[in-house]
Amino acid sequence: MAGIVSYGGYIPRYRLNRMLIVQNMAWYFPVIMAVAQGEKAVANWDEDAVSMAVAAAYDCMEGNDRKKLNGVYLASTTLPFADRLNAGIVAAALNIPEDGATNADFASCLKSCTTAAIAALDAINAGKANNMLVVASDQRRTKMATMLEMFYGDGAAALLFGKDNVIAEFKGSHSLSCDFVDHYRGSGKEFDYNWEERWMRDEGYGKIIPQAIGGFLKKTGMAITDFAKVIYPCYFSGTHKDIAKKLGLDPSKVQGNMHANCGDTGTAHPFVMLAAALEDAKPGDKLLVASFGQGCDVLAFEVTDKIKNFKGPKGIKGSLANKVDLNNYQKFSKFRDLIVADLGIRGETSVNTSLTTLWRNRKMIFGLVGKKCKKCGVPHFPPNIICVNPDCGAVNEFDDYEFVGKQGKVLMFTGDMLAASVDPPAVYGLVGFDGGGRTLMDFTDCDMNQVKVGMPIKLSFRKRYTDKTRGFTGYFWKAIPQIEGGK
Amino acid sequence: MASGIRDKVAILGMGCSKFGERWNDGPEALMVEAFQECLADAGIEKKQIQAAWLGTCFDEISVGKSALPASMALKLNNVAVTRVENFCASGTEAFRGAVYAVASGAYDIALAIGVEKLKDIGYGGLPEFGSAMGSLNGLWFANMTAPGGFAMLASGYAAKYGIDMQLVKKAMAHVSVKSHANGALNPKAHLRKPVTEEQVLNSPMIAYPLGLFDCCGVSDGSACAIVTTPEIAKSLGKKNIISVKALQLSLSNGTEIAYDWDGAQFITTSKASLEAYKEAGIKDPRKEISMMEVHDCFSITELVTMEDLHISERGKAPEDILNGFYDRDGKVPCQIDGGLKCFGHPIGASGLRMLYEMYLQLQGKAGDRQLKDPRFGLTHNLGGFPMMNVCSVAIVGKYGD
Repeated sequence: MAGIVSYGGYIPRYRLNRMLIVQNMAWYFPVIMAVAQGEKAVANWDEDAVSMAVAAAYDCMEGNDRKKLNGVYLASTTLPFADRLNAGIVAAALNIPEDGATNADFASCLKSCTTAAIAALDAINAGKANNMLVVASDQRRTKMATMLEMFYGDGAAALLFGKDNVIAEFKGSHSLSCDFVDHYRGSGKEFDYNWEERWMRDEGYGKIIPQAIGGFLKKTGMAITDFAKVIYPCYFSGTHKDIAKKLGLDPSKVQGNMHANCGDTGTAHPFVMLAAALEDAKPGDKLLVASFGQGCDVLAFEVTDKIKNFKGPKGIKGSLANKVDLNNYQKFSKFRDLIVADLGIRGETSVNTSLTTLWRNRKMIFGLVGKKCKKCGVPHFPPNIICVNPDCGAVNEFDDYEFVGKQGKVLMFTGDMLAASVDPPAVYGLVGFDGGGRTLMDFTDCDMNQVKVGMPIKLSFRKRYTDKTRGFTGYFWKAIPQIEGGK
Repeated sequence: MASGIRDKVAILGMGCSKFGERWNDGPEALMVEAFQECLADAGIEKKQIQAAWLGTCFDEISVGKSALPASMALKLNNVAVTRVENFCASGTEAFRGAVYAVASGAYDIALAIGVEKLKDIGYGGLPEFGSAMGSLNGLWFANMTAPGGFAMLASGYAAKYGIDMQLVKKAMAHVSVKSHANGALNPKAHLRKPVTEEQVLNSPMIAYPLGLFDCCGVSDGSACAIVTTPEIAKSLGKKNIISVKALQLSLSNGTEIAYDWDGAQFITTSKASLEAYKEAGIKDPRKEISMMEVHDCFSITELVTMEDLHISERGKAPEDILNGFYDRDGKVPCQIDGGLKCFGHPIGASGLRMLYEMYLQLQGKAGDRQLKDPRFGLTHNLGGFPMMNVCSVAIVGKYGD
């Protein structure tokens, strides 16, 4: 029986306390005070939907063989490329085999995450694929002092679907599709444009989700009371509760909308909430998950015994625990390019990306794949033609060697105020890996003053540069010094 | 077996422009300024120059490609001119080209000229590399600047020797204080104001732990040398001939950045200096080297270099520095002309500017900075970054010594 084999999540480390937005912007639009409870997760300046998707995907694939994936589906409304497969970047970052892979983007709608999940499950049930990874991720920009700025958070989650070692069996789905528009973002536009809240709440979430779930129950003959947890997004907390009432649901069986600790992560949110539900699920629990956006997809899962021995990923709980308060609203605004700060002439340098060079070196750049010498066993990065060990001299006798997942530590570092950076100082250093290999890397998610030589690091796939002239985002891996165990 | 370069080539003349923010002079004017002094000092006519080497690094923001800018600015006699670029060793590389050409017997008289016009970019520090870093490096290399690249060395050094960063900072500050004291005496230097240790320690942070006064200046400048054989120099009536004792170059091969390295030394400098001492016949550099001009792009670079040149023991450079060993009145005066710290670092010119000071000192023409009876002068350039670099070491002295 097809189902969920693993799940993973990624909530970026920075949290923005909503009262900070109020303190800075309520003078302009006091209504935001009404929803100023708790904090929202905000991506660092070097993160986007693709980089967060990679983080969630790696979390999900921990302990699973990436080489056995038959494809990656990526769902998002904030993909960096309109014409270039964004899921292909995620797949390359996972270093999955290219031959035989079906990768696809599911875009333009917040419910595309569940649509991608249904497509993946269909492929598996049709015998066309064995293991499909579906990742949902969003990093939506919002105008200052808007309700959306208050509601939206950033995040990603991933689900691995397959037939073996299933922790939650797929029990069926039902979809409702209609051109209901509560908000939209026109092509090339930076921000969402939304109709009044009453329309979004009452005629949107409040009507469409119950209707789709009703359709699912009718179709399958299941009862809402069969479910241990019912999961659906809705950032209007009152409406979120009202939907439960309409469905006749015990409030304890409703998965929280995570407004207070994360914010609504858009396309990722149904997956983020499902991953959070799986973290607490017991064998036999039935989970119902619904999405919202130009209709609603409803999927049911039943948790199996396998969940007992499931070595949990870092998941949603793990990433929620790894947090730092972004106590500077101007910094957040700059990270999102909402205010103009001068990067200096040094920051003007604009070079196009050599697509040929990128193609030749895609394993190195996206997968952080180096080489390991067959003769002397020394790993190295970037890939050399002649072994880096001066006592070896092997020529082209190497196996690919993945550095992602290897333990590493800081060998030397600095925080550079001269380098053009959105978040100076630019912190970087030489990183050495256990088992051999070392390289120079940018650091991220760290306070330079707390970095020390010898400190362990983790690796994170990030935006390396954004070429605004040509619309190209370049990615590479960065090191995250593990300050006080990751905080 | 190769016999080395010792005493095979003499310096016939040298010239050096005033270094600084030469807003009203282009690279051509800087080259001509250094060249005219050099030609007069050599006492020859331009048409006697049979070949030339031009060292320059950031050609894209100043002279453009090829050796044509030198040939055309100096109006050379349609002779062979070659452009060399090897990061901060570019000037010494031009010198090496000219010296080897004369030593080989291919030419009697050759010119080496270095130039860099850095102050045409509109911002401080060295120019961004942009596409000049190569299409692959641009995809993954850290967002690194020169100060940041070298600043890392301080963290590696402090960690390796378990020395408190405050003490390393203090020694680094002394490096800058000493160079400024020297530069103040040099009319050709860019920065001519003495500074105090307190000023250095309190200067704004550029790249941890380097403050502004741990960084060398950024300037425009040019320097050049005319070389020939000692025999021709004599035949031209030269007395007290200054000759080349050693010329060594060592480049990283990827070991430091990708294999094994303690992050507290330049393995290239360590190797090039040992080879240079051998070539020059020097057995104990701490005793025999009279003076040095080393690559003090940043104070930490100079500090570590004192050990890589095998003059200070490993881990002991801060002690020697703080004891004044490298001060003007110390045992081995270092940066007697003010160094990169006060001259700034017009990349292609720096190596030749260092040789110019050694040449003046050996001839007793260094004015207020003159040292008593110097014997061997060492120059050192370090280009690139600590984890992948180009190092040149040259030693000059009196012919026959």
